[in-house]
Amino acid sequence: MNSITHSELEAESIEIIREVAATAVSPVMLYSIGKDSSVMLRLAQKAFYPGRIPFPLMHIDTGWKFKEMIAFRNRTAREVGFDLVTYTNPRGIAEGVGPITHGSAYHTDVMKTEALKQALDLHGFDVAFGGARRDEEKSRAKERIFSFRAPGHRWDPKAQRPELWNLYNPRINSGETIRVFPLSNWTEADIWTYIRQEDIPVVPLYFAAQRPVVKRFGKWIMVDDERLPLEPGEKPQMRMIRFRTLGCYPLTAGIESNATTLDHIVAETLETTTSERQGRIIDHDGMGSMERKKQEGYF
Amino acid sequence: MDTLRFITCGSVDDGKSTLIGRLLYETKLIYEDQLEALEADSKKFGTQGEGLDFALLVDGLQAEREQGITIDVAYRFFTTPKRRFIVADTPGHEQYTRNMATGASTAHAAVLLIDARKGVLTQTRRHSRIVALMGIRHVALAINKMDLVGWSQQVFDEIELTYRRFAQDLDFETTTAIPLSALEGQNVVDPAHTEMAWYQGPTLLQWLESAPTEEETLVQPFVMPVQWVNRPNHAFRGFSGRIAAGSVKPGDAVRVSPTGVSSRIKEIVVWGSPQDKAVAGQSVTLVLEDDVDVSRGDVIADASHPVESADQFEAALLWMSEHALLPGRPYAAFIHTKTTGSTVMHIKYRLDVNTGAHLAAKTIALNEIATVNVSFDRPVAFAPYRDNKRLGAFILIDKLTNETVGAGIIHFALWRSANVHWQALEVTKTARAAIKHQEPRCVWLTGLSGSGKSTIANLLEKRLHVDGRHTYILDGDNVRHGLNRDLGFTEADRVENIRRVAEVSKLLVDAGLIVIIAFISPFRAERQLARSLFESSEFIEVFVDTPLEECERRDVKGLYARARRGELKNFTAIDSDYEPPESPEVHLKTMGVTPEACVGQIFKALFFKDSSSEAVTVHQRDGREGWDTRIADFYNGHEV
Repeated sequence: MNSITHSELEAESIEIIREVAATAVSPVMLYSIGKDSSVMLRLAQKAFYPGRIPFPLMHIDTGWKFKEMIAFRNRTAREVGFDLVTYTNPRGIAEGVGPITHGSAYHTDVMKTEALKQALDLHGFDVAFGGARRDEEKSRAKERIFSFRAPGHRWDPKAQRPELWNLYNPRINSGETIRVFPLSNWTEADIWTYIRQEDIPVVPLYFAAQRPVVKRFGKWIMVDDERLPLEPGEKPQMRMIRFRTLGCYPLTAGIESNATTLDHIVAETLETTTSERQGRIIDHDGMGSMERKKQEGYF
Repeated sequence: MDTLRFITCGSVDDGKSTLIGRLLYETKLIYEDQLEALEADSKKFGTQGEGLDFALLVDGLQAEREQGITIDVAYRFFTTPKRRFIVADTPGHEQYTRNMATGASTAHAAVLLIDARKGVLTQTRRHSRIVALMGIRHVALAINKMDLVGWSQQVFDEIELTYRRFAQDLDFETTTAIPLSALEGQNVVDPAHTEMAWYQGPTLLQWLESAPTEEETLVQPFVMPVQWVNRPNHAFRGFSGRIAAGSVKPGDAVRVSPTGVSSRIKEIVVWGSPQDKAVAGQSVTLVLEDDVDVSRGDVIADASHPVESADQFEAALLWMSEHALLPGRPYAAFIHTKTTGSTVMHIKYRLDVNTGAHLAAKTIALNEIATVNVSFDRPVAFAPYRDNKRLGAFILIDKLTNETVGAGIIHFALWRSANVHWQALEVTKTARAAIKHQEPRCVWLTGLSGSGKSTIANLLEKRLHVDGRHTYILDGDNVRHGLNRDLGFTEADRVENIRRVAEVSKLLVDAGLIVIIAFISPFRAERQLARSLFESSEFIEVFVDTPLEECERRDVKGLYARARRGELKNFTAIDSDYEPPESPEVHLKTMGVTPEACVGQIFKALFFKDSSSEAVTVHQRDGREGWDTRIADFYNGHEV
């Protein structure tokens, strides 16, 4: 894949980002620290160059991100110079909600979906960018670029606004919001080749390294710190692993890999025989679980 | 490597989703874990017995999987060594036509599926017309399920001939018929086995790899709608946008539409270093030599080929809302980066998607396509859609719900808007009003039938007349029997009725009069339209707020009784809605108040500025006395 493809994808994404800046009252960009967020951030920088990004970035911190991710987030905010808003659901903190004690579904519901809705309401953001791509999951493949949400942040997949040409309808009544996905037409391979072409910094966890892991449900779970209780007799072992996606750490499994450079990662992505979200535990909670979560307000 | 965006469309059960699933599978774009999920889903929902049901790969919504149909467009991606593809799999059901149009609007090519057993159907024709409307010029006719007709060349030839006859008046550059079986994978990626050796043409994938994308925009003159004015500090002012056609370099002379200002390109700014050239499709920021006024919605173009501007157009319109389009009703319009108010002035004809016949129409219903005259509330830079999609496409948005309700395609400008220059008359509205020693006003009374509008209007006029004011009343009696006698009581006619009344009042106000309007005028949108014709101080909306029970009790001419019996259709508050004003200048709660007291309140709002800044509300005082007899005197029958 050469740069001509990227210039088309890039131009479309920049157009979408500028359109929001020109029409929204109080937009925000959701920043999840992952590779897609890193690309989206670069596209926002490009959209407004030589000016600054005219809206804040917001990270919904579930409290269960890998340590390296938080360090990377703070460093990036400083270096790029954007306004960073972070939010953690106070109810989740008070109740000590976590994926290990409460299960992945409840954790995701409280610390991601509920937290996101609270944060959007708290700051009065009317439009929120997300880095979701249509190639990730079947219900995402059906979603508009400007995805309208009814009051309460609900998505009704059967009543999506028609979205013709590049004419995105940004108009909403009070209480309604819009999620905007500038990376809708990018694939995982596009993301990695673009990161390589543009030399975009990403969290080191994407690169293979010797890391302490335990095997659970047939997948490699990294022992990032003492928050992961070990089963009786379970012993962390060192393995060459990397992450294809980064979520909350016990919910995201690593893959065995020797890809230590961007070239290796691009090659591995083009040759892989499994999908990217295969490492995400939450997508397998039930049939259509992503669609259900999205209807409830998840990204 | 370039990207081809294409849609697949066809009737229900033609096998669209199966075909895409097959394409993804054979181009190795289905991963092992997805295949495992597909095997499990096929057992649960599948329609292929023991085999894999590829449709389940693309029908991503629960409702779709349960019903076995496609509701919304799904976007899928695959890559071959030759090209990158974005497929929009679009629904076949007529009720989801708007979702099909969403997919078609950005496509370069279309794959139209036909079930070999069924041949060309209504849906085939309907989809072909939408594909043609959206400006797609290259169509593959995928004649599917050849396995079920014994791989028969005769069946194939007959369908191809029938389709070509139908499609000859559609504006396709190329139409290629391909016999295939998506289920068995024949002629999809690899050529068919020996049973279809009679077919020598390309497989579907070969056709997709060679279909042209829109490169002609590259050789057209430079055009860029301005999306965003980039002004990070006093030293920098750039105009950001995506180039819609042609190319540009520093030093090029440009002209801005609709303002007409000229300048030259000083710099092309992108991330990193300035560029020496930018081409169609790129998102850039342009810095001009001169400090000229340019805003979002303006279009920067090659100075020797400036973009035209107009405010009235002939256009094709696809309607996408359950609420029919009503001529005269105001909508919001988006055209490239410009937002304006818009009204369909006239429906020329509705298209019969089957026969192509032109049918007379007063409204446009969901999923219908019509040719209309549309007017924008200010001049916009444009190009006909066939010359440039980005400059010739627009959407209409409902002002109350904010839903996208129409998709429009500009054919050409109606120059009558440019030819009728408004004469700068020396005798002005102010001059006319001055010799009458008054300020012109439009007093708009709205309320249910029998609420007392005409009673109040007549008393008000008497009082103003005694005061030496020049007035005129427009109500059902003097308008319905003359100017508007061609109109009935359907929603569309009621909208047109109010539009004409509003325009006449505007002329009368221009003549310096105080105009009193007494119409039910049940819809907010039309009252808003009326308000928009006047300067803000000129329009006084009076809500004559009488409860329905009281209006029905009065029922001087027995209209409510007849409506209740079903003899009168579309009667407000019985089987047609009344939308009360949200913030009228005067709110008259008439129960327990005399008509004179009501007139007094309007009088205050007319002549005492401090009381008109807030809505004037009449509070309960005396009894019901006075209303019945006066209503009997003044009531004008079945008004609107």
